[in-house]
Amino acid sequence: MAKDVKERPFTTVSGVPVEQLYTADHIRDLNYEKDLGDPGSPPYTRGIYPGMYRGRLWTMRQFSGFGTAADTNERFHYLLKHGQTGLSVAFHLPTLMGYDSDHPMSEGEVGKCGVAIDSLADMETLFKGIPLDRISTSMTTNAPAAIVWSMYLVVAERQGADWKRLRGTIQNDILKEYIAQKTYIFPPRPSMKLIVDTFEFGTEHVPQWNTISISGYHIREAGSTALQELAFTLYDGIEYVEWARRQGLDIDDFAPRLSFFFNAHNDLFEEIAKYRAARKVWYRVMTERFGCKNPKSAVLRFHTQTAGCSLTAQQPYNNIVRVAVQALAAVLGGTQSLHTNSLDETLALPTEHAARIALRTQQILAHETGITNTADPLGGSYFLERLTLDMERGCWDYFDRLDAMGGMVAAIERGFPQREIQDASYEYQKAIERKEKITVGVNEFVMENEPPIDILLIDDSVTGRQIEQLRKLRQTRDNDRVKTTLKSLHEAAATNDVNMMPSILDCVRAYATLGEICDELRSVYGVYEEPTF
Amino acid sequence: MNEKVRVVVAKPGLDGHDRGAKVIARAFRDAGFEVIYTGLRQTPEQIANAALQEDADVVGLSVLSGAHMTLCPRIMDLMKKEGLDDVLVVVGGIIPDQDIPKLKECGVSQVFQPGASTEDIVSYIRQNVRKK
Repeated sequence: MAKDVKERPFTTVSGVPVEQLYTADHIRDLNYEKDLGDPGSPPYTRGIYPGMYRGRLWTMRQFSGFGTAADTNERFHYLLKHGQTGLSVAFHLPTLMGYDSDHPMSEGEVGKCGVAIDSLADMETLFKGIPLDRISTSMTTNAPAAIVWSMYLVVAERQGADWKRLRGTIQNDILKEYIAQKTYIFPPRPSMKLIVDTFEFGTEHVPQWNTISISGYHIREAGSTALQELAFTLYDGIEYVEWARRQGLDIDDFAPRLSFFFNAHNDLFEEIAKYRAARKVWYRVMTERFGCKNPKSAVLRFHTQTAGCSLTAQQPYNNIVRVAVQALAAVLGGTQSLHTNSLDETLALPTEHAARIALRTQQILAHETGITNTADPLGGSYFLERLTLDMERGCWDYFDRLDAMGGMVAAIERGFPQREIQDASYEYQKAIERKEKITVGVNEFVMENEPPIDILLIDDSVTGRQIEQLRKLRQTRDNDRVKTTLKSLHEAAATNDVNMMPSILDCVRAYATLGEICDELRSVYGVYEEPTF
Repeated sequence: MNEKVRVVVAKPGLDGHDRGAKVIARAFRDAGFEVIYTGLRQTPEQIANAALQEDADVVGLSVLSGAHMTLCPRIMDLMKKEGLDDVLVVVGGIIPDQDIPKLKECGVSQVFQPGASTEDIVSYIRQNVRKK
């Protein structure tokens, strides 16, 4: 039996106590001009555009990738045909970890949780029939982001597309990898250098590209609270700005291309407060801490994905409802783009059918509910404004602690954010097991003997096909050119004072594989081993 | 003689999602087990070796990347070769229903899917471990 409702504490998903009623008394400290401002005006708490979704809807961007490049290319065409407005590529783990598909560590992983990309040849297949100057593409790649982005740029070059017209995002956020998702290759210092190189290169050559998506999503999935997600993510942003300035970049050159990525969990108001506080805190950081001059440098734009960790394997159709509520939070919070998870994602990668329902969920919110008619419709709610102010205050507290530790890289080396997240995730698990928090279908309203649902199975022939293509590529390409470009790459990395992008682009153009390029960089930079906490 | 149940918690493959592994390691410690967490990206050889070196009673494998059907059978084979037949092996992660019988066939004792409670996992281990 569940605990009597009266015994259960009234708290947010993150465990923050909530009062019975909020009134004007709760927001006496709120000053409209200073704390909110109209939508489109500083500090942007209410949104970054005056008319918000009246001007343009958010970009509906479903993350997808599996099997070979040809398999995923087919799914991209399917999603575009059904009204998706941007692409988002999921790469398989070997690509994310800088290994080719035929590396021993790649065994069993090829094409499993994303698309297998080993070289430019795969990238050409991935975007076949998709004009890159007319679509925006997000690529979830971090440690090898500079290389994957180079592959994309070369595909565009060969399509005859002008780099200056390319739009999209590389995730390129290594700090949250050390903190949460753990898909790192090199140690922090060379990783930060590569990231700043992409900022610099993008500013000059690919000016409409978001060269980083500073991500809280994975921090939250690792079990953080909403506040920890927000504070660590924004502080990661501060760290990138600090490193870029130290490398001699002008803040107003690159800051307008910084973008963010947040999670949308189940607690509607807590999530909306998080997005609103994010914009306000970032505005204050950029103007007060860094003194930016370009107004665009202080505007926080973000992508949202609904919370994978909130979905249940039990009674999976219920996930459609969870995703709808989470997506509602993202839209009411003013997101610029959105991925809605599919109902079957605790079981496998989504089927076409499940992916379509997820996309339709966004279309229903956009076109049927009326929530897009006015900007920040919940602004002024006593409860929401209190939550937003508290979320902001919590951020400054974390920032003080992180400043005192000497910044995020230093804090990561001490294991601080990692430990905070582990504690929160364990507390959450215990709360579920004590039934202080109810998950429908898991610890309450349980059903025995549920009928199974159809899931997507990745065909076992993927590995063989991918390795065969790779073998052919190594035979047919100009291997002398590969050697020469890799040697130049090695030298550039060793000097440590030139931008790495031109040498990486040369390697890519010569069809050097991702694994070969990463091996070359590993030999100079070394690899990161996580300390145990 | 050491009465504590010794558990090796391991993450095979390239997957870095360690929330589950860390939560379960802590729950095992709270339950009074001796826990050895191998860290990320262990090869099947490293895991079998850790089970042997640590004199494990239980090996808990966490896989979320879909590579379990390649990695788990290999770990089971290597453990058998080391004579570790009496070690209880449990697997957690994103494991589709249809793979469970195949995993059990190669010697995995139990599979815990998303939503499994740490209490259930702990009590399963208490009931099934063959303490040396």
